[in-house]
Amino acid sequence: MDRIAPWLQTNWDRRAAGNFIGGGTGGGLAIFAAASELAGGNPQPLAYVLAALFIAVGLSLVWIEIGRPWRFLHVFFNPHTSWMTREGLVALPLLVALASAAWYGGAALASVSALLALVFVYCQARILRGSQGIPAWREPMIVPLIMATGLAEGAGVLLALAFIAGVAPGGFVLILALLALLARWIAWTAYRRSLARRGAPTAARKALQAIHLPLLVFFTIAPVALIAAALGFAGYAGPLALLAGLLGLAGGWLIKDTIVMRAAFNQGFAVPHMPRLNPVSGDAGIRQGWS
Amino acid sequence: MTRWVMVADLKRCVGCQTCTAACKQANATPPGVQWRRVLDMEEGEYPDVRRVFVPVGCMHCADPPCMTVCPSTATRRRPDGIVTIDYDLCIGCSYCAVACPYQARHKTDRASFAYGGGPSQAEQKRFDGRRLAVATKCTFCVDRIDAGTAKGLTPGVDPEATPACVNSCIAAALHFGDIEQPASNVSRLLAENRNFRMHENLGTGPGFYYLWE
Repeated sequence: MDRIAPWLQTNWDRRAAGNFIGGGTGGGLAIFAAASELAGGNPQPLAYVLAALFIAVGLSLVWIEIGRPWRFLHVFFNPHTSWMTREGLVALPLLVALASAAWYGGAALASVSALLALVFVYCQARILRGSQGIPAWREPMIVPLIMATGLAEGAGVLLALAFIAGVAPGGFVLILALLALLARWIAWTAYRRSLARRGAPTAARKALQAIHLPLLVFFTIAPVALIAAALGFAGYAGPLALLAGLLGLAGGWLIKDTIVMRAAFNQGFAVPHMPRLNPVSGDAGIRQGWS
Repeated sequence: MTRWVMVADLKRCVGCQTCTAACKQANATPPGVQWRRVLDMEEGEYPDVRRVFVPVGCMHCADPPCMTVCPSTATRRRPDGIVTIDYDLCIGCSYCAVACPYQARHKTDRASFAYGGGPSQAEQKRFDGRRLAVATKCTFCVDRIDAGTAKGLTPGVDPEATPACVNSCIAAALHFGDIEQPASNVSRLLAENRNFRMHENLGTGPGFYYLWE
């Protein structure tokens, strides 16, 4: 029998997932580092360096996945319609801005880095949205989900960095991190609801359902509670924020790995009508593996 | 204007896969890669079973998502509706493959041959290294169409200018022609038979029609 019902795509593997993870984490980190600095916090050169590293590693993973890596310059040929081209075009100035923000410091460079990072994460979200062949990716609500996930990941790394640096995270950063986690949960819920409304391969919905409860309990409620505790008990703010940050980060990576690797079922094949071979034969079509 | 389309009569297709074999022969695709294939779709349980054979491949969409996403502009759509890939531009990122709702795109990273390690004489002669590690798909046998029309032949009518799969069909289930010409074979078939296009709700405007009644 031929494969008719949707099956898991094999064109993009974990290297592609790594790009979305690295890009989102790096982009979110750049945004949070800039927000913290602009709100009066200490300059965050290490955060900018780390953000650039996350993004560069993600892009490198894609580079080693493409079939003709030495033609990489061709990726810039279609800014008119391709979000992959746009991602590449934003990546270059973003990396320069991050390096400059780390080296020179200053509100202007921090702001530029944050803005470019926001556009970069948006491009990544639109790359998935443009994948018409994968119902779980083309869902419009994937854009806010990927954006919110990137922000929550970035917040998580920033909280971890504060602990490593021996600095208690400021209340402003903690509240922003808490808001990012809540935004991610809202976006996740809206994404799943919209996917259910539009219809999706049953297997894709099962893959998403499988992480729903762990995402809620371990990667949303737990870090939110830890941040609330950090806000209430300043003496333990560092370790509490570290744990919250790591959980927030892991939740984001889990979402992306699930969406890119385990929920990426294709459209499959379907016919809306069967051939009518005689006047009494029915014509109801065949569509398998959808709900 | 010309818009080349393919029409498959589901009442006629017997699932013999001759079109699949003809495509492989004409286009020298490697093992595991079938630009034209016929699905054997079955549903139900004995004795209430329904079965249909459905030829599939690149649908040469009017609004091809593979072209929109392509970062290198390797995928293009000609004025006559044929969607092409420039193997020298393609970077093999497979974005087109995940954008295609018809699973029509293939990428093979290494050369492979039908009988193990080395190529047969025929495979050696027709091997095209440009197709390695880039996206490939059905071209509607664009070379035959272009060469045929240059000679004044009519694709879909004159075999020399017609895609190999259509020429080979033993049941006259596959047809090819210009949908913009009201008197063309495909226009007449579509006017006389009820038809659909696969995944039409996605808005890609496939250039592949199925007759069902």
